[in-house]
Amino acid sequence: MGELRLMKGNEVIAEAAIRCGCDGYFGYPITPQSEVMESLMAQRPWETTGMVVLQAESEIASIHMVYGAAGCGKRVMTSSSSPGISLMAEGISYIAGSELPCVIVNVQRGGPGLGTIQPSQADYNQATKGGGHGDYSLLVLAPSSVQEMNDFVGLGFELAFKYRNPVMILADGVIGQMMEKVELMDQQPRWSDQQLKEITGSWATSGKSKDRNKHVITSLEMDSHIMEENNLRLQAKYQRMKEEDVRYELIDCEDAEYVLVAFGCAARICQKTVQLARAKGYKVGLLRPITLFPFPERVIAEMAPKIKGFLTVEFNAGQMVNDVKLAANGQTKVEYFGRMGGILPSPDEVEKALHQKLIGG
Amino acid sequence: MAKVIGAVVVDAEVCKGCNLCVVSCPTQTLGLNRDVNSKGYHYSYMENPESCIGCSNCSSVCPDSCITVYRLKVE
Amino acid sequence: MSEIAERLKSIIRPENQVYKKSSVLNDVTMHYCPGCSHGVVHKLIADVIEELGIQDQTIGVSPVGCAVFAYNYIDIDWSEAAHGRAPAVATGIKRIMPEKTVFTYQGDGDLAAIGTAETMHAVNRGENIVMIFINNAIYGMTGGQMAPTTLLGQVTSTTPYGRNVDLNGYPLKITELIAQLPGAAYVTRQSVHTAGAVRKARKAIKKAFELSQKNIGTCFVEVVSTCNSGWKMTPVESNDWMVKQMFPLFPLGDLKDGGKEATEPFQMKG
Ligand SMILES: Cc1ncc(C[n+]2csc(CCOP(=O)(O)OP(=O)(O)O)c2C)c(N)n1
Ligand code: SF4
Ligand code: SF4
Ligand code: SF4
Ligand SMILES: [Mg+2]
Repeated sequence: MGELRLMKGNEVIAEAAIRCGCDGYFGYPITPQSEVMESLMAQRPWETTGMVVLQAESEIASIHMVYGAAGCGKRVMTSSSSPGISLMAEGISYIAGSELPCVIVNVQRGGPGLGTIQPSQADYNQATKGGGHGDYSLLVLAPSSVQEMNDFVGLGFELAFKYRNPVMILADGVIGQMMEKVELMDQQPRWSDQQLKEITGSWATSGKSKDRNKHVITSLEMDSHIMEENNLRLQAKYQRMKEEDVRYELIDCEDAEYVLVAFGCAARICQKTVQLARAKGYKVGLLRPITLFPFPERVIAEMAPKIKGFLTVEFNAGQMVNDVKLAANGQTKVEYFGRMGGILPSPDEVEKALHQKLIGG
Repeated sequence: MAKVIGAVVVDAEVCKGCNLCVVSCPTQTLGLNRDVNSKGYHYSYMENPESCIGCSNCSSVCPDSCITVYRLKVE
Repeated sequence: MSEIAERLKSIIRPENQVYKKSSVLNDVTMHYCPGCSHGVVHKLIADVIEELGIQDQTIGVSPVGCAVFAYNYIDIDWSEAAHGRAPAVATGIKRIMPEKTVFTYQGDGDLAAIGTAETMHAVNRGENIVMIFINNAIYGMTGGQMAPTTLLGQVTSTTPYGRNVDLNGYPLKITELIAQLPGAAYVTRQSVHTAGAVRKARKAIKKAFELSQKNIGTCFVEVVSTCNSGWKMTPVESNDWMVKQMFPLFPLGDLKDGGKEATEPFQMKG
């Protein structure tokens, strides 16, 4: 059993980064996630593990610092919140196009524009459909507890390097600010030179030694045929993610007639709704997508013909509902319920919506 | 008295005929050829080979690094 | 054999070779227009890397601009940055691998327009990198639009009647601003239009690379350059135009030397 602590979600991101042997963090302050960099700076990991921490002049700069450092084959990350992620869009597209691994944390707040610092899930489409220009996807992990904030940093790096692809941890202001008990991992060393050579030596910009050709990190290709091949390679990679790395949690779904679909903090509310509805005799379950890309399409497609309907519960105007509809493919009813502007619905409110939109309707 | 004589070799295929070497040469050794290379450029060549002093002015201003310079001291 | 051929044969021998293309330059014909300054500066960087023996520890960051393909020509590891972001990319590389020599290579649009913030802040942090700044007073790559360094009255495709202060503001002397920053170690302005200028520019680039290994702040080398295609002149005319029109506003020489500023640590309490 690892060390147990009561911690804030954002602080855990910092702790987990240090403990999993992350090489560098580059960021810019924005509520509700500034504690990530603040805790890193307070801990001074450069004196212990050698991890680099740098406050950049903007999110644009921080994501391009990540691009440069990730190109060296190191494990690097950034964190921000919605407006900052929008600023990073071009850089994230370059990182995906150059096939670099990194972890990007988005502790979402409400939009559009400056919006609100209250929690939101309104960046679902941005995160799962790429967010920047070009055909690319991030691998998106949605934590719903402080423990998962911890676990997904290490997992994020693992998946980022498995696919040489940016991984986004799509959290929200609630999870970032909430305090919970968390089991921390033991301190892992940063990758040694030998490990770096084995894991990233074939592509990283580590200095061109005499015994190899130069390494170039670039997303540019002027030959249309090669560029199409590059795109096809990316698409094949995303397909592989769909086959090997879909993650989700099912709660009380075995006999369910109605299934709530919710991720992150919304799933915690829905879990309570399931209890309330079950207590009244309604067979309600919960599907919690953990990877938002790749999306758990298959389990939805399998469930769809057997149940009376899905209700997605989201802190946005209804974004994930479209992916559920696509997966259900007309085999059952798919409805949405959500709140915006930083308002979190109560479990009762969700139950009422379930009756209005599915059970009673 | 010691005298310096020189010569240059221009990689005619790489040369783009920009003329910068020609005007940089203090001894009017170089000129652009009436012939063209496979890309259609009038490449640089030693029009007056006997005047070259191997000073490397031409090679240092050449953007395409296509000039190699030789120099020899003769008594 | 003719007398001339005989004479050449006696001179063109390995032992008499005084200048040869650097082995750090790849055998690829550069995509630049005939006479473009980019090629000369590439050559100087390759020469310096070879001379200092740092090919295996140098990482270059290429820009978006005509020099985007610099990575095809200089035989080292490269990272190709988004438009204007090379200083941030170089910061990421240098911070994560402080033992390496890292340089950016950027045009005026890249460094002094879209990337101004990254440029100023990288230098202000005193990042231990070299920045090579190719100021050709125009956007070469996109077909000759106005750059931040375009001269007043200069005709470009977006200032077809000449750059006008009321409409377009003033040419930006960013190197003068850079020289004001405490993080700058060495700031110089050079050109490559004559053999003498090339020698000086080479010396400056070498000094910048040497100083950057001492980790004493940012080394910044502007090269006042030509873009004959964008300017719609021959390469030779371009050099004359540059001397006459650009040098008065962008005079050559060192702007700062001696390392970044030393400071006393500030005590918050007491
Ligand atoms: C975000 C973004 N905006 C605009 C462009 C288009 N663009 C490419 S290069 C360039 C200007 C390059 O000019 P400069 O930096 O002076 O380099 P030069 O070609 O003159 O060497 C522009 C505007 C781009 N690629 N990316
Ligand atoms: S080496 Fe000097 S003299 Fe000879 S061609 Fe070149 S510039 Fe002219
Ligand atoms: S400077 Fe170089 S490219 Fe230009 S004409 Fe002379 S040899 Fe050819
Ligand atoms: S457009 Fe200008 S800067 Fe670009 S290669 Fe041609 S001459 Fe050089
Ligand atoms: Mg330019």
